[in-house]
Amino acid sequence: MFVLDTLIHRLKRGCETMSYPQGPAPALPDRHGGALRVDAAKCADGCSACVPVCPTQAITRAPGQPVALDLGRCVFCAACVEACPPGAIVQTGDYRMAVRRREDLMLGPSGQEELRLAEALDGKLRRLFGRSLRLRQVSAGGCSACEADTNVLGTIGWDLGRFGIQFVASPRHADGLLITGPVTQNMELALSKAWAAVPEPKIVIAVGACAIAGGPFVGHAAVRNGAAAVVPVDLYIPGCPPHPLTILDGLLRLLGKLEEKRERVPGGAG
Amino acid sequence: MSAETPFALLANAASLPWSDVPEWPAADLVRATARELDRGARLCAWFGVPEHGAVRLVALLAFDADNTLAVGRSTPFTGSYPSLTVTHAQAQLFERELWEQHGVTPIGHPWLKPVRRTAAGAPANGEFFRVDGPEVHEVAVGPIHAGIIEPGHFRFQCAGEEVLHLEVALGYQHRGVETALAGGPHRATLSQMETVAGDTTVAHATAYATVLEALAGVEAPLRAQWLRAIALELERLANHTGDLGALANDVAFLPTSAACGKIRGDFLNLTALICGNRFGRGLVRPGGCRYDLEAERAAQLLQRLRVALRDTEQAAAWLWDAASVRSRFENVGTVFSAQATEIGLVGMAARACGLVRDVRYDHPAGWHRFAQVPVVVWPGGDVFARAKVRSLEIQRSGEFLCEQLAAPVEGEHSVESPPPAPDTLAVALVEGWRGEVCHVALTDAAGRFLRYKIIDPSFHNWTGMTLALRGTAISDFPICNKSFNLSYCGFDL
Ligand code: SF4
Ligand code: SF4
Repeated sequence: MFVLDTLIHRLKRGCETMSYPQGPAPALPDRHGGALRVDAAKCADGCSACVPVCPTQAITRAPGQPVALDLGRCVFCAACVEACPPGAIVQTGDYRMAVRRREDLMLGPSGQEELRLAEALDGKLRRLFGRSLRLRQVSAGGCSACEADTNVLGTIGWDLGRFGIQFVASPRHADGLLITGPVTQNMELALSKAWAAVPEPKIVIAVGACAIAGGPFVGHAAVRNGAAAVVPVDLYIPGCPPHPLTILDGLLRLLGKLEEKRERVPGGAG
Repeated sequence: MSAETPFALLANAASLPWSDVPEWPAADLVRATARELDRGARLCAWFGVPEHGAVRLVALLAFDADNTLAVGRSTPFTGSYPSLTVTHAQAQLFERELWEQHGVTPIGHPWLKPVRRTAAGAPANGEFFRVDGPEVHEVAVGPIHAGIIEPGHFRFQCAGEEVLHLEVALGYQHRGVETALAGGPHRATLSQMETVAGDTTVAHATAYATVLEALAGVEAPLRAQWLRAIALELERLANHTGDLGALANDVAFLPTSAACGKIRGDFLNLTALICGNRFGRGLVRPGGCRYDLEAERAAQLLQRLRVALRDTEQAAAWLWDAASVRSRFENVGTVFSAQATEIGLVGMAARACGLVRDVRYDHPAGWHRFAQVPVVVWPGGDVFARAKVRSLEIQRSGEFLCEQLAAPVEGEHSVESPPPAPDTLAVALVEGWRGEVCHVALTDAAGRFLRYKIIDPSFHNWTGMTLALRGTAISDFPICNKSFNLSYCGFDL
């Protein structure tokens, strides 16, 4: 009896996978805020009200210099946004945050008010991984939230498999690593071994403030302040944790799937 | 019982002057603690406070039936003291930790090995208990596991399929949280408290905020307490639902697994509706909550919650209807209730051994003084019982939320929390979804943290998971482990 019930319920529910990226991206919660934008030109002379409120010391202002905000360190607490009298730091509401180079997350000076979104892999790597990417996830001090919001991409709502991306159990079967956590000293050996076990050519994706720069634990003796201290990183996805949509956008961006889609569906949400 | 104790009594979410905590030489503190444990008290915390090159022991006990906590301390000492573990197994990890952190040796401890420190680059390179014999073999799993989860190492001693003994080597996730707290609160402290265990953000942040409020002698406004209680149950719903799905997946029952994976996200999105973050980051602040839950938002929350609860109910019904699932869950991974008491199991895992053990009921603080969630207890101690408790707690939390959202508390959602008082000890227990989250803070003469101790429920419960494996087939390890779903980073700190 229950088999029939189960089937009927399943049929009634229909397909629960979101239409993104063909359709519009799901809306971020209104209090999420998205990426930050920094207009250093708006800063008052000598003001550094944002600097001391930041939990991860992501904001600096040297005397006579424009304010600089490292979005890689940011845990998106919005304390700086609230503290900034002239509104030089604002939330853009944009979920897209993945970058290829660490410096593309440095915000502030004119021309660099916003982050510089990741380019797709090119040439051979794109040919190799564009249609099938197998990743080994390594948590190296992650708090389990970055892990959870990566994991959720495998559920029916997101269905990561439809893009040819899959998480595998062995680094030997993988094309790269997806790393979370600040890389604790106690995980450094295991992470290095996992990286060495992935056959060439390989890529590394750092997910979350911890894996990019140490996150809330930056500067602790027990951590290495991010994955790049141990392995070369090809894609940085900021957040604490990044929203699943931000992670998915990063993966698709890297594989050039969003460009392909733009070619097919002109004007669709990207 | 607590009426005759020589320990200083205090309620959950309260503070007392450090000088009011009675002190004894270490050996006497061990004896006094043993006596209270024999009379039914439970060991919530056992840790050291450094003092002029020596260390003081602090014992925090819970008299659950009397709804009170009790605290005592030793005079400063160095070297060694007689181990409490010899007579009371629930102290075993605490004493190992104390030895690792402060270098004092509990004499007679049967298995004194590091808790988080590495041997030759990794915790797994340390010493393990070994079983020898012709049919006996050893299986090593981790630190990196097959799925997208945190790292830890498991060492099984097996005879064929049967697990004789399992030992867990953790420490891979050690981020130096407690060390960093000394001299705090610092700029990063709140973010660190929210990520002690990232799936338990609300419980840990609430414990931290409560401790700071107790130290400052203020209370968060009632509306903030109400909102924290709501967020706490949403956290429980998301995790319990996710775990039901994961358990279903591990026995290849895919309808429930697929449904729960999605519904878990629906619950997380409800938390994000309140504060923008799916894990509740940024919601709880010392002095209250950073965001309010306005009427319109609460109405939307309630409406979406009802849908998610209905979906969960259905997904759980499929699971419990399936004889194949029940037979995979029953009599697998059993922890007997006597064992649970002996090792000091807490939370949902303890309740699945038939123990009535729930901070919301035993030590109500905050909003739980005014609104109760019924305690869910199920006997048996097996995977079935742990899944059943989760399933029933989903119903209870859901009902609680519906009631609470329909009757909001008026008023402010935040007040200024003054700086902590000097030379004061404060304690906060919060019933997180895994169990008792315990924070203890001690301030120095300047009102900064002299010592801040965090005990995630996983600290108590990993031992329970290893006991569950005894006599179980090693192929059942995934469902046993998942039925506890303990935190690695919450343990490693
Ligand atoms: S939003 Fe980011 S940059 Fe601003 S204070 Fe918070 S962590 Fe620092
Ligand atoms: S970035 Fe934030 S969410 Fe991700 S692992 Fe670090 S603390 Fe956790």
